[in-house]
Amino acid sequence: MHYPSTYGRRDPFALMRRMMADLDTGFGVRPGSVQFPAVNVWQNAEAVAVTAELPGVEADEIDITVKENVLTLSGERKAPEVAEGSRWHRRERGYGKFSRAIRLPFEADAAKVEARFTNGILHVVIGRPDEEKPRRIEIKAA
Amino acid sequence: MSTEVTEQLGHGRGDAPESTRHSRVFRPLTDIVEGKAGVSLMLEMPGVASEDVDITLDKRVLTIRGQVAPTRPANLDLAYSEYGEGDYERAFTMSEDFDPERIEAELRNGVLTVTLPRAEAAQPKKISVKVA
Repeated sequence: MHYPSTYGRRDPFALMRRMMADLDTGFGVRPGSVQFPAVNVWQNAEAVAVTAELPGVEADEIDITVKENVLTLSGERKAPEVAEGSRWHRRERGYGKFSRAIRLPFEADAAKVEARFTNGILHVVIGRPDEEKPRRIEIKAA
Repeated sequence: MSTEVTEQLGHGRGDAPESTRHSRVFRPLTDIVEGKAGVSLMLEMPGVASEDVDITLDKRVLTIRGQVAPTRPANLDLAYSEYGEGDYERAFTMSEDFDPERIEAELRNGVLTVTLPRAEAAQPKKISVKVA
């Protein structure tokens, strides 16, 4: 189980909700059995970043789309090509098509999305459009 | 002829030796396939660069380690997490000898492929039975 200590910073109940969700789904769920790809989401007032573990996928086989406030990652994990007559001793990795939708806290502008893929980790940074940024309201003197 | 590949005990996710770098050591998911020429292992190690992989063959124990370069986007706080970051380590016991000089490894998109060609002497030899 992974409970980062940074949870409490913005939302003091996030950690509790996460623990409750773990109780519902059962502890000790292997990472392989959760949705593929596993994602981490990072944010601040300016942007949201999504990192995903996509080992064995080619960069040009990953489709990243943004529609309104939903970011979708899709593609296919291809099974390795093996010579005929080969024998499998172990087969733990998974293959096949995948698609994952992540809801963003704002309506994203496709022009403000950047993606990078290094060593099997996908980094997508979505800039928050100016009109969606929280505005500070000045209090006028009476 | 078959080349059984057995996993070393004591290297599971829970009871891996403690690392001095990170608090977590993961056991990479692995595919092992045996062909005519030798054995290939494919290990999932997302986040590991090729220069941070360490492969050793000691007697018949093949140990594979990978050090992760932690990703932390600048000025951003982690809001939701499904995977943790940590190093990778896994060891396998091979049932026959491989020539360590001929082991090849390639890291591509977070998957490490290790190819162990069967030693010449270990190629199966056919022995014909003479008629008495």
